[in-house]
Amino acid sequence: MGKHRVFGALLASMVLVACGGGEEASGPVDEAGDDGVRITVNPDPFPSTYTPLESSTLVIRGAIILDGAGGQIEGGMVLVEAGRISAVGMDLDLPDDDSLIDIDASGKWVTPGIIDNHSHLGVYPSPAVSAHGDGNEISGPVTAEVWAEHGIWPQDPGFTRALAGGVTSMQILPGSANLFGGRGVTLKNVPGRTMQSMKFPGAPYTLKMACGENPKRVYGYGGGRFPGGAPYSRMGNVAGYRAAWAEAVEYQRRLDTYAEEGGDPPARNLELETLAGVLSGDILVHMHCYRADEMAVILDMAKDFGYSVASFHHAVESYKIADLLAEAGACSAMWADWWGFKMEAYDGVRENISMVHAAGACAIVHSDSDIGIQRLNQEAAKALSDGLRAGLNITKAEAWQWLSLNPARSLGIDGETGSLTPGKQADLVIWSGDPFSSYTRAERVFIDGALVYDRNDPARQPVTDFELGQPGEGDAK
Amino acid sequence: MSALIPRIVAVLAASYLAADAAAQTIAITNGKAWTGTARGTVENATVIIVDGRVTEVRSSARPLPPNAERIDAEGGWITPGIISPFSRTGLVEVDAEDATNDTRAGDTPYSVALKAADGFNPEATSVPVSRIEGVTRIVVAPQSGGNIFAGRGFVADTTGAPGSIQNEDAFVYLTLGEAGAGNAGGSRPAAWAKLRAALSDARTFPARYLAHNEGDALSRVDAQAFGPASRGQQLILVEARRASDLRRVVALATGPMELNVAILGGDEAWMVADLLAEAKIPVIVDPFQNLPASFEQLGATSENAQRLIAAGVITAFAHLDFDAHQARLVLQSAGNAVASGVSHDDALAAITVVPALIFGMEDVGTLEPGAIADVVVWDGDPLEVMSAATHVFIAGQPQEMETRQTRLRDRYMGLTDEGAPFAYRRSQ
Repeated sequence: MGKHRVFGALLASMVLVACGGGEEASGPVDEAGDDGVRITVNPDPFPSTYTPLESSTLVIRGAIILDGAGGQIEGGMVLVEAGRISAVGMDLDLPDDDSLIDIDASGKWVTPGIIDNHSHLGVYPSPAVSAHGDGNEISGPVTAEVWAEHGIWPQDPGFTRALAGGVTSMQILPGSANLFGGRGVTLKNVPGRTMQSMKFPGAPYTLKMACGENPKRVYGYGGGRFPGGAPYSRMGNVAGYRAAWAEAVEYQRRLDTYAEEGGDPPARNLELETLAGVLSGDILVHMHCYRADEMAVILDMAKDFGYSVASFHHAVESYKIADLLAEAGACSAMWADWWGFKMEAYDGVRENISMVHAAGACAIVHSDSDIGIQRLNQEAAKALSDGLRAGLNITKAEAWQWLSLNPARSLGIDGETGSLTPGKQADLVIWSGDPFSSYTRAERVFIDGALVYDRNDPARQPVTDFELGQPGEGDAK
Repeated sequence: MSALIPRIVAVLAASYLAADAAAQTIAITNGKAWTGTARGTVENATVIIVDGRVTEVRSSARPLPPNAERIDAEGGWITPGIISPFSRTGLVEVDAEDATNDTRAGDTPYSVALKAADGFNPEATSVPVSRIEGVTRIVVAPQSGGNIFAGRGFVADTTGAPGSIQNEDAFVYLTLGEAGAGNAGGSRPAAWAKLRAALSDARTFPARYLAHNEGDALSRVDAQAFGPASRGQQLILVEARRASDLRRVVALATGPMELNVAILGGDEAWMVADLLAEAKIPVIVDPFQNLPASFEQLGATSENAQRLIAAGVITAFAHLDFDAHQARLVLQSAGNAVASGVSHDDALAAITVVPALIFGMEDVGTLEPGAIADVVVWDGDPLEVMSAATHVFIAGQPQEMETRQTRLRDRYMGLTDEGAPFAYRRSQ
């Protein structure tokens, strides 16, 4: 894209893009004529300021390596240079580098860092005080205009606990009260003073949507009003999505017309900008949906409006339609064993994740919990062992995809992280042993090649502002 | 073996060995038996069950008793049945559907008189879901509905059979701390004032009620129900988390009323571990809790359990999230406690022997000769997330290992459109 110029207060965050020519426009736009100059929207008004911590060239040897893409190497080596994986294999040639850090990880396991694609850390932080409940803009069923990143409190101690659990990246989502809950954001799990300093560079925005019981309960029955507003039923849910998509299609049409013909640009509409971003493929849809039959309806709706669902979330009944999900290329982000807390979670089975994987669909282990995010490896282990007992033949190496490559794919960051593939960011974990064990802990966690957590070194264990001077400061977590 | 593990009073094994020839005998062979007794873990063990009681744990090298039904543990583990020391199992079918949820009542005039046992459905789907993962006994508590007193909890087995409640009236459950403050009208002082007044009412029942027909805090039936606990004759389970709250609970329990108290939650209990140990007040902790989830949990640490046990506090483990459906996760909790410094023996005790002790469950929680034969066979270390129960016995009876969940799984396994539509597919 070309260079930006911000126009006065009226167009506060709108920018000029000179199409084709690469030259900046000067002076006010001639609205009548088509000089090729267009007012466009800055797609990145809160840009990432993330910079990796300092890192050295690093070799980790002797460990059992799960590469996150389904492969396993016994006693291999992982070489990290300039914050990126440079090689993985046996007997690698090491660079001639005086600052090389050589880690003997014999008896330990190395994996890509865990990526949780469903977290509310920061927007529903600890402590769970009302003043910090910033994860749900419940004021209306369609709030595609809100962004989770504007509710994130970087001092949430939950981030540090997730780090100790080997989580290197995560998607922070708005809650599921609304049909359209707003934009999600993908973060690197590094401590920061600002949200921007945690933001995963280049990660696409996402849009949170929700099926089923939550929207109709919150709005139809909301606040003790009876009846409340729409939606009041699953019919109302789908009507609400479709009405919004129809508006977005119209908005996109006006944007296209403006791009082609000039004239007056359509008035900015933050809600429709997000929805139009989905239709153009720039924003990925993550949809809270439990019931199989509802997911099938959503897939048809998405097809009708010309977008795709990156991932269904919770997806407690994905095992019933894993074939449809595989065909549609939609991921399912699931718990190992949560069930029964509401009607749409009643048919939960322990083999869900394994059954989705075995059907050739994209399976993801997610947390939706500040406790669960600390041991997603164990959740994968439970799902794997139940699948194995039910006769599904899945290896630990394959199962690690549920924790890294598949969530990376759902977030559109699989080109950068999610597996120990040369060229990717060196987000990885050294585990004290087999990470499919209750007794194993993440010992060292690296993000972009930098050591961000070390279980044996208090100097490498972040303590949030909130915990300073409190009884829990620096204690074992 | 931990010094914490009490010796359960056992009926002499000899009396069972002398049982008549028609006795039902089960021999579980070829296992690693964790006994929950001073014998510790017995390798290559055979566990003998006669007429619903454990009679012996012995070497598998010895010949089996005549007529014994043999169960091969295939080198896995054999343990006492797991006891979940706190849950709402069987009180709820679907949490969010009020009609199926009997945990709490916001509009009732009653408090201590509420008996959770009245709402227990042994056929609830959560019961077999817990059972097939090795949980054989459950301690079930009501939930507070706008009163510091939630009511009284019970102890049951997970057979799902009628009569599976062993003790309808096992303990009084009440909330202090932030939850209690909210339930009492808005502050900790309000909760404590209510508790003191209630104790006074109950301890002077029925005399006070003859004169006035009402108490300061409790109605007639609530005061009557609180009577035994108010005199130290029944356990009071108190939910409290902050160290300052725990200190006040200890002071109350060890004061002139000599109450019989156990703590639930206790995130900051490690900060007052010596007091709790000295007062012999047991604590039921959730080993997953390591976040300052509230201002009364600022000291939460994954080492809470380890520090309490090291200080000699009677410590049991519970999984306190999703308490209506996930009592089974207490095993994962115990495994994680081991990763945070608790010995494997103490962790297993915290979900068997110790809950039995706290809730006065006689003859369960161990493989002591004479113990009720709640026995679980595992295909590996029971505290490992990759392990599973392969056989579950409750009072010597082999249990079905099927649930609604396994039936759903079987229906959709393979997911092929060939054959009858799914609704016609049933494995039995």
